Amino acid sequence: MSKFTRREFMASAAAVSTLPLIGASANAAEPLNVAFIYIGPVGDYGWTWAHDKGRKELEAALGAAVKTSYVENVKEDASAIPVLRDLARKGNKLIFATSFGYMDQVMEVAKEFPDVRFEHCTGFKRAANVTTYNSRFHEGRAVTGTIAGKVSKSGVIGYLGSFKIPEVVMGVNAYTLAAQAVNPKIQTKLVMIDSWFDPAKETAATETLANLGCDVVATHTDSPAPLQYCQKKGIFGFGQGADMSKFAPKAQLTAIEDIWGPHYIARAKAMLDGSWKSEDFWDGIKEGDVKISPYNASLPQDAQDAANKIIDGYKAGTYDVFTGPIYDQSGALKVKAGEKMSLGDLATIDWYVQGVQSA
Amino acid sequence: MTLTFIVDALITVIGITTPILLAASGELVVEKSGVINLGVEGMMLAGAIAGFAVTFETGNPWLGVTVAMLSGAAVSLIFAVLVLSLGANQVATGLALTIFGIGISSLIGSNYTGIAIDSLDSPFPAYLAQDSFWRVFFGHSPFVYFAICLVLSIGYFLNQTRAGLVLRAVGENDVSAHSIGYPVIGIRYAAITFGGAVSGVAGADFSMVISPLWAEQMTAGRGWIALALVVFAGWRAGHLLAGAYFFGVLMALELYAKASGFSIFPSQFWAAMPYLIAVIVLAMISSRDGKGVKAPACLGKPFIPNG
Repeated sequence: MSKFTRREFMASAAAVSTLPLIGASANAAEPLNVAFIYIGPVGDYGWTWAHDKGRKELEAALGAAVKTSYVENVKEDASAIPVLRDLARKGNKLIFATSFGYMDQVMEVAKEFPDVRFEHCTGFKRAANVTTYNSRFHEGRAVTGTIAGKVSKSGVIGYLGSFKIPEVVMGVNAYTLAAQAVNPKIQTKLVMIDSWFDPAKETAATETLANLGCDVVATHTDSPAPLQYCQKKGIFGFGQGADMSKFAPKAQLTAIEDIWGPHYIARAKAMLDGSWKSEDFWDGIKEGDVKISPYNASLPQDAQDAANKIIDGYKAGTYDVFTGPIYDQSGALKVKAGEKMSLGDLATIDWYVQGVQSA
Repeated sequence: MTLTFIVDALITVIGITTPILLAASGELVVEKSGVINLGVEGMMLAGAIAGFAVTFETGNPWLGVTVAMLSGAAVSLIFAVLVLSLGANQVATGLALTIFGIGISSLIGSNYTGIAIDSLDSPFPAYLAQDSFWRVFFGHSPFVYFAICLVLSIGYFLNQTRAGLVLRAVGENDVSAHSIGYPVIGIRYAAITFGGAVSGVAGADFSMVISPLWAEQMTAGRGWIALALVVFAGWRAGHLLAGAYFFGVLMALELYAKASGFSIFPSQFWAAMPYLIAVIVLAMISSRDGKGVKAPACLGKPFIPNG
């Protein structure tokens, strides 16, 4: 054996590894590096899948001008900070953080990298290089709530929530208010499972809601598991974030699809032509961020008509589910008759409307 | 509180409990032989994707379960070689196995998103399986019945058979067992492979019955709960069966309480509860001065024959 010591090996390995750098020349037109951090796997066929679909649309639209990358399963705690820092250091100039729980982490890393632009989805904190973007999912929930109100025979509908954050509170409120417009006596049972993605727990929670009398269950969590249970049990549900009808052809009455592609394309273009600035985006059905999937063939015509009326109302700007009078769970009047809740109030809402049974 | 409500609630509890019971039973045998395998989550995910993929490709769920079993065993064999033949640290290797299982299942599973299969339903005839009362006994998937039979068999094996006694001896005092002439490493290999196979079946329960789809990390931490359960049960099979259903009742209780509009404890407490209870039990049994139940004495220690 030659006397090739470990130290010599390490030194020569380090020297050899620098060889590729000699060949790399300065690129003339560098593509814009865009990075995404996801809370779940792209295979969840729900929330993250929809964002990744948007990312793919961005790549298709801008071609060689952009180079995208993503990191999946980034937890909503301090461990997101090193992930964001790493992406910023690697040369990404536009970073999308696609979940509410990344809010403070994005704000902290944004301070350290003033020339990197961050966009935080569903949050409410901004800075010179931090934009927030959101989708008015609650408009979709007004549609599904209307359908639930029409279809429910037991008068009890279910809502599978994740965490008590404004987005979810808004969702269950919109769902309930829309259902109550159809059936004033309707009650919504709400279960928060403290997770965005846990197919087994989602199934158990849906089972619980069904056992307690719900015959339509909407979900705010990310997997198609609740719909599969609805299909098995013979009750109805709605797809969340994507059209999940292939998992539950009989049970899915419709789905709320999240369409992120146009926003990602527009923001990348803004980076490329230098017009990017910190803003707050909150688009809905009218702008195409929220799409309602085709109705199930078994959905009665009057329910379809009622749902279409809501969609048309949002497109025309004549309808808003959060129009008063709105009472909270204690019976207090929170929104006067004829008044609408402002988007600012909605972004920080923490109370449920009357008719929502929850802890 | 109608009968239908009670039946439905029991079915929910049984459904939640079964995968944890399965994974914990396998891990019980492994730990009784003196090895701690923290890779349960990884082995479960390997079984989950294997069971799902094979069932989808061949349309035969029994073939799916068999391959799930073999996949879990194969993954655990990696752990066994590292820990038994190469003397690697058991805790570190187990954790690495979890990460490996998550990774390889995600890799293979990337071709299987957006697909659904038929769930593996009750083997009993419809008039029993769907009867409004009798379904509480006859309406479950084969995994449920297998889990209960397995735990009872493991209890019998460990306590009433000679082979079980040898396994326990290896876990309590491997050097003495070796000096008597028992093949310590061979027995531990067998135990680890068995644990892996059963964990694979536990994972298949997720992807073939509970929610018949594939989603990355769909076991969502149940492997860790299974590990906590083994401790909570004091490494005894009978207590494992009772403890598993106790955990299941707690998990169902959390959901029923929330859906009915009241919270007994804050949500975070529910999530922490299985691990809290396990730590409390561990503290209790460790403080009992050698009396009462203890962990297998050689748990986590590599086997080094003297001389």
